[in-house]
Amino acid sequence: MIAQHYPILQVAIPLIAAPLCSLLPKSRLPWLFATVISWFTFIISLFLMQHVRSHGVVTYALGNWAAPWGIQYHIDVISAFVLVIVSAIASITLLASRKLVENEISASKHSLFYAAFLLCLTGLLGIVATGDAFNVFVFLEISSLSSYALIAMGENRKALTAAYEYLIMGTIGATFILIGIGLLYMQTGTLNMLDLQVRIHEIDGFRSVHAAFAFFTVGICLKLALFPLHHWLPNAYAYAPSIISIFLAATATKVALYLLYRVFYTIFGFEFSFDTLNLGYILLPLSIIAIVISAFTAIYQPDVKRLLAYSSLGQIGYMTLGIAIGTQAGLIASIIHLFNHAFIKGSLFLCMACIVSRIHSNQLVHLAGAAKVMPWTCAAFVVGGLALIGVPLTSGFISKWYLVLAVLENDWWWLAIIVLFTSLLSVIYIWRVVEQMYFHEPHDKCVGVKQEAPLLLLICTWVMILSTIYFGINTSYPVEMATLAAEALLN
Amino acid sequence: MLEYISNHYNYWVSILLMMAGLYIVIDHTNLLKKLIGLNIFQTSVFILFISLGKVDGGTAPILEKGYSSFSNPLPHVLILTAIVVSVATTAVGLALVVNINNRFNSIEEEEIEQIELEEE
Repeated sequence: MIAQHYPILQVAIPLIAAPLCSLLPKSRLPWLFATVISWFTFIISLFLMQHVRSHGVVTYALGNWAAPWGIQYHIDVISAFVLVIVSAIASITLLASRKLVENEISASKHSLFYAAFLLCLTGLLGIVATGDAFNVFVFLEISSLSSYALIAMGENRKALTAAYEYLIMGTIGATFILIGIGLLYMQTGTLNMLDLQVRIHEIDGFRSVHAAFAFFTVGICLKLALFPLHHWLPNAYAYAPSIISIFLAATATKVALYLLYRVFYTIFGFEFSFDTLNLGYILLPLSIIAIVISAFTAIYQPDVKRLLAYSSLGQIGYMTLGIAIGTQAGLIASIIHLFNHAFIKGSLFLCMACIVSRIHSNQLVHLAGAAKVMPWTCAAFVVGGLALIGVPLTSGFISKWYLVLAVLENDWWWLAIIVLFTSLLSVIYIWRVVEQMYFHEPHDKCVGVKQEAPLLLLICTWVMILSTIYFGINTSYPVEMATLAAEALLN
Repeated sequence: MLEYISNHYNYWVSILLMMAGLYIVIDHTNLLKKLIGLNIFQTSVFILFISLGKVDGGTAPILEKGYSSFSNPLPHVLILTAIVVSVATTAVGLALVVNINNRFNSIEEEEIEQIELEEE
């Protein structure tokens, strides 16, 4: 039955497609090919989701080697959910990408660009699909290496230094994860995550298991860009080609967060992470600092893509805050925000891509009066901004609502106040952009612009924007998924 | 105490290299030297993995009459993969450094930061 092969098809299709894509001639073909492949992965992820919901966990033994020895792909609710998010964002960004790539990347590199994009997608999907700790490291490096190359393709030469810094930090992070895997293997003799879970409980109390936990946490938090390990992120997102900013902002940190769930809840287990090692004590203050500092920094950014990148750091803080609360409600809030933020930040970066495609600048001052020449794009930015702030009837509100509920469940009034206060700060930085767009005389850069963004790009932007409104009104899907996923992770 | 150190000397070497590598990455401002530091750091992890696969008195994992005790081959396989990853990382890193040198005319971090500041 084909359903059993979904997990491997999910990863293998883009992996095989990537080298094929690099061989395609200079034309629209690479774009078309990459887009079709990404829609394939999206459809598979939907089937997989359907299958997981009706039949429970799907497992796939690679090469038919049974679980603890061979590599096993293990798809439960949370993996299926994140697979859907990643492949959905990939297929929408690739569909929107043709004009953007033509503008920003020289024609001779198109096929290589799309090949690297597919490799990055492979890596991200692989991390989520696999149930083997070492396989996670391999896929992590596949996605990271291709994203270093993709970021370096940005027009501004600062993209190179941003990519270099990301390479150094990313490699240290991945090597830390590798050390963690090594220490765990030393103690347990297994690499299978479910097997690890059982064996760690049996040998509770070894110092090297504690060290492995620390290495995993720090390594993944480097990839996640949690304060104070976030320094690489703003430049990488700001100077990458527009299409890459959209894709990485919406998926890469989300997959790192997924990995954090896996390590905390599946491999080490809730009791070990939160009761034995008191993870909450370290994660809670770091999350709060990340939320507050990044909101203040975002207010002073002259570059809108950098502003959105700093806002991303704060949103990551909300997600880790959900974990740090250490209750099921907190975890649910974290997963809901993972889902909603992927779409919100994806749509905001898409708006910026629309603007860059016509105005050719990310600078805030150059956006003055943009609403007169690009009304649809700017309207989309306003709606996306409202969702980011968390205004009712948008998906951002649902995230904040569940987060505040989870906080209040623990009677932490002060924390609820911080969450609301930082939402007000996000009003300020979104308002700065909206004010420039709507209430200023057009800047010279805007005057020459005759038309809206390319139609396909604009349609994709509005699809994403409307999805944030849809999931703000009809919340049943993300909430139900997050609840099921949290229950599965905690038991 | 001395025996404890000498029995675990490959772990000590691994820790020493790890710290040296990380220190180079953090301390040096030359982009090329940073990459070399990163390489040393990664190599130390390879040694850690290979050490933990060693079985006392075990031979290389080849099926041959007369040998019953083998070293664990799995860490070797893992590290072969990790070496490939490390080579790829170095290649991408060096390519970036070459490009940075082409467009900034420098591979010193401080000089590049200075150029970037002047641009703004």
